Amino acid sequence: MNLSESSIASIRADLLAKKYSAQELAERALVYAQQENPKTNAYLTFSPERAMAAAIEVDKKIAAGKDPGALAGVPIAIKDVILTRGVRTTCGSKLLEHYIPPYDATAVQRIEQAGGVILGKTNCDEFAMGSSNENSAFGPVRNPVAPDRVPGGSSGGSAAVVAQGTAVLSLGSDTGGSIRQPASFCGVTGVTPTYGRVSRYGLTAFASSLDHIGPFAKSVRDCATLLGVIAGRDEMDATSAFAPVPDYAALLDRDVRGMKIGLPREYFENLESETGDLIHRAVEVLKNLGCEVREIRLPHTPYAIATYYIIATAEASSNLARYDGVRYTMRAKEAHTLSEMYRLTRNEGFGAECKRRIMLGTYVLSAGYYDAYYLKAQKVRTLIARDYAEAFDQVDAIVGPVSPFPAFKLGEKVDDPVAMYLSDIFTITGDLAGIPCMSVPCGATSAGLPVGLQILTRHFDEISMFRVAEAYQRASN
Amino acid sequence: MKLSEEQVRHVAELANLALRDDEIARMKRDLDEILTYIDKLNELDTANVEPMAQVLYKAEETATLREDRERATLGTATALENAPLSGSGYFKVPKVIER
Repeated sequence: MNLSESSIASIRADLLAKKYSAQELAERALVYAQQENPKTNAYLTFSPERAMAAAIEVDKKIAAGKDPGALAGVPIAIKDVILTRGVRTTCGSKLLEHYIPPYDATAVQRIEQAGGVILGKTNCDEFAMGSSNENSAFGPVRNPVAPDRVPGGSSGGSAAVVAQGTAVLSLGSDTGGSIRQPASFCGVTGVTPTYGRVSRYGLTAFASSLDHIGPFAKSVRDCATLLGVIAGRDEMDATSAFAPVPDYAALLDRDVRGMKIGLPREYFENLESETGDLIHRAVEVLKNLGCEVREIRLPHTPYAIATYYIIATAEASSNLARYDGVRYTMRAKEAHTLSEMYRLTRNEGFGAECKRRIMLGTYVLSAGYYDAYYLKAQKVRTLIARDYAEAFDQVDAIVGPVSPFPAFKLGEKVDDPVAMYLSDIFTITGDLAGIPCMSVPCGATSAGLPVGLQILTRHFDEISMFRVAEAYQRASN
Repeated sequence: MKLSEEQVRHVAELANLALRDDEIARMKRDLDEILTYIDKLNELDTANVEPMAQVLYKAEETATLREDRERATLGTATALENAPLSGSGYFKVPKVIER
């Protein structure tokens, strides 16, 4: 069954009206997803046993007249950097090709508690490092909208399954744009919540001060509902926030009239013209809805990529040290000494981009370079966060493009790391500042390639972000 | 040029990566390009700026430890399930001490 037209609400209504059972839906969704998957390579692993067990629970609750949960029966896909007990979790890496996690991520637990049905695990760049999904050890994902193009990355598979109708919802992770950029490339909605809003327990660590779990869906409303399920304090993650979680889905429809919206001048430099036109058209829609739009400045934007590639790689070089041939399934066969075991396993297991980032991170943290690189980057990170804090003294939300250009061709940027990194220039700053940000589809170029509108708000003010996004989505549909 | 080939080999040592010779050359080229790009940060005077180690909204909301109480653990057998080599309840690695 193609899920393109399904939503959380439509599935709930169908289940309660007995149009189909959760088990029937899960079966049909799995059959369709498995049949369509060769077109995109978006799923790496299907989890039929787990899906059916969850669906049976939902059917039992409905039969007993109990509340089946906020995500009752909804087919969901999980990015393969998020742990699922008993279901292979590869992180897109050869190193973890056979890794079966012994526990669930908190977000996964909460999804199943809410009646969600997990169909499988989605392809991604290795350890979430990449902007095109071409760094997966299991082959790239093809963009469902344009199969010769990338779906974006690193959560390319999670964006693609929603676009393709092989899942209603998915979870991705965002360290430097990895939810918003693929959402924009595939024409779906994707949300990076405030840092700490969603527990990182069970999210394979890439750069711990920047890592976020967040939702993908067709609509703003479904993203808001899914975020409501997974958000909130978790004692298993010391950085998870105590801030109360509002009922996002219930607060979406409030009027945006009078909301102050900032357009950062820096986000409109070096834009491809069609992308720029679509963003300006979206801004006109917001003006017509009664938003007050003004230009703002985020002067440190041009320094974001350099800052990110120091901080993220430094943290990654530490986090990825655990893959040493001792605990995680793969060990180089020809290793005879302990040192050879570490060095050969890591060199055979990691792909080129992971090695590049481990090397860069190790270098910037090595003796004599700390002040020049890591400390410098941490100071610039303060300046970037301050830019936003000052902007939010004047406006309630910031809008702009997600990426300077739409989905590019497979292979187009693989040989030029810096060119690849630049596709994240407008998304990385949000991660560095830890503020909530999202991508909502705002039309397509003349070649039919989707473009995403980015909306950013203050720490923990996901509500304002969702309101702007929902008002825009409703007005533009 | 930012890095010599010798430096690249030294960093690979530190990172426990047995890079092959062809990888060393490519890595040197890529790191040079990235580090040159990163030099951009030197345009900024940050002498009086505090470094940010982590996004902090209100520290008292997040800087917490969980309650110290007993809880179930994975157990040895489960913890060893993904080990490439294990035995007698331990991870096995190549011999470290030669007699």
